[in-house]
Amino acid sequence: MDPNAKLPETQEGTVLFNLDPIILKHHWEVDYLHSYAQDSPFFAGLSEKKLLGSKCTACSCVYATPRAHCMECGSPTEWHELPPEGRIHTFTTCFFGGEAFLAETPFTLILVEFEGADTLFLSRLAGVPEEEIRIGLPVRARFLRNSKFKPTDVYFVAMDGAQND
Amino acid sequence: MTRPVYLIAGGITKFAKAHPEMDFRLMCKQAFDYALADVPALTLDMIDGSSVSYFSDHFTRQLMAGIMVHDYLGLCPKPSRRIEGGGATGGLNIQNGYQEIASGRMDCCVVVGFETMSHVNTWKGNEFIALASDTNFDFPVGGFYSGYYAMMVQRHMHEFGTTCEQMAHVSIKNHRNATFNPYAQFPAQLSVEEVRAAQMVATPLTMLDICTMSDGAACLIVASEEVAEKVCENPVLITGIGTGTDAMRLADRPHSDVVLLPHESGADYENLRYPGVHSFRGGRLASKLAYEAAGIGDPREALDFVELHDAYTSSEIQTYEDMGLCRYGEGGPYAVSGRTFMPGLDYGLKLPEASQVPVNPSGGLLACGHPVGASGIMQGVFAFWQLQRTIEKHLGRAELQLAHPKRGAIHSHAGTGTYISVSILERP
Repeated sequence: MDPNAKLPETQEGTVLFNLDPIILKHHWEVDYLHSYAQDSPFFAGLSEKKLLGSKCTACSCVYATPRAHCMECGSPTEWHELPPEGRIHTFTTCFFGGEAFLAETPFTLILVEFEGADTLFLSRLAGVPEEEIRIGLPVRARFLRNSKFKPTDVYFVAMDGAQND
Repeated sequence: MTRPVYLIAGGITKFAKAHPEMDFRLMCKQAFDYALADVPALTLDMIDGSSVSYFSDHFTRQLMAGIMVHDYLGLCPKPSRRIEGGGATGGLNIQNGYQEIASGRMDCCVVVGFETMSHVNTWKGNEFIALASDTNFDFPVGGFYSGYYAMMVQRHMHEFGTTCEQMAHVSIKNHRNATFNPYAQFPAQLSVEEVRAAQMVATPLTMLDICTMSDGAACLIVASEEVAEKVCENPVLITGIGTGTDAMRLADRPHSDVVLLPHESGADYENLRYPGVHSFRGGRLASKLAYEAAGIGDPREALDFVELHDAYTSSEIQTYEDMGLCRYGEGGPYAVSGRTFMPGLDYGLKLPEASQVPVNPSGGLLACGHPVGASGIMQGVFAFWQLQRTIEKHLGRAELQLAHPKRGAIHSHAGTGTYISVSILERP
């Protein structure tokens, strides 16, 4: 036993905001291993410029955002390629956002509806001035050349001649 | 067979941007002590356990914070559990307390909830909240709840002709009501022009269409008839609870038939594609189940007031329709009719009709603040005081006291309409 034992002193100190009450800064950062698991083929599809929804093998319900099992009947679904064109179901332009996206503001979110699909798909709209965005506007999927394996690997632009639609 | 369940006491901390002088345990203790002081005959040993709610482990950065609250209140080793369900966390917690009593498992249960959102900046806070959306498909696209609600109301405007001016009326009403509520974080007297001229957040929602982030706690004590009779002169009955859900992803809302309330018929909605993203079928089902349990046929006649989850002006309008205060599609005109405003208050607006079912007399989340795990309980506390007719005693002023309220509803709402709770409170 060493009665003179000492823990090592360090130099990083503490960032203090207030003394009464004491408020200090705590840095918090992690690397997190996220598995897309059963949704993985969707993200692989984006890298091949394919937009994959899913279709129920029992009741034929078509999901524009894929789900491995049907929300109506619980049966397994199969992958189902969506058409590259759809229409804006609804939209918003965000001037603020979560911190992770603040630098990207303003950006426009849209829900896209596709012919033959029962549900919608959340994406971003590019290249349409805010005053020209409207529900029903025909849009076309574009894909990033360098995939990041994120849902933002696909985004939508106005179809050629859409303003005359 | 379930037993009758009574509210016997309530307490809240002031909702504020930050409460650095109190941690979550002390905030809950303050709300709990306020409630206890209102029923002096109730002693700690008469309490059988607690149900503690908070939404986000990220905001709290303390796992198992629920038991720390329970411990701090002096309730160990009695039973306790944590309840969490996004924005509906507080409302679901009240319903858990109801179940503890109704089932006979407890005779007296503390329902307490909190949130401490000031520990990160507003935009990190928005990021934390957005983690309550699908992290494969939704969050990475630009996860932002105000954006999700903006898309929903754009569709509501498209389907039904709802306008920004109608939404602004909700903001004016709730902020004005809060000027008589000393617990509220953001009381204000506003005009339509001021609401519309405020900073745009996500088209068409401005800063004044959206609730703020808050620190705060709220507490309700629920009890069996035996305990209520023993310790409380004017308890309030919970006569019905209802809960509904929907898919996490806004994109997953297929169309089907409208869930009808007792006073509606299918012919009302022959051409309505429902719920789409413009309506909350979970809110509709929660209302239906609660109304059935409470024996309510027509909520417009049966309810004297409603405290509902107005995180956005638009969601208050959507919720009028879900709760059957008006038909689907009529929420916009209903918002400006005057029927949801408090009688006798000056809002600086020309309102064509008299007050019928005041909505958010307290000021709601828009003006009281939204410390998520406490918000639903805060609504319950104000509704309880309203029915007890003790608003003046607790708020120190009487402007928000309705004359003869007999029955009220509280409505708590999560996600993009993902969990919704509706509970009916009644003066016995």
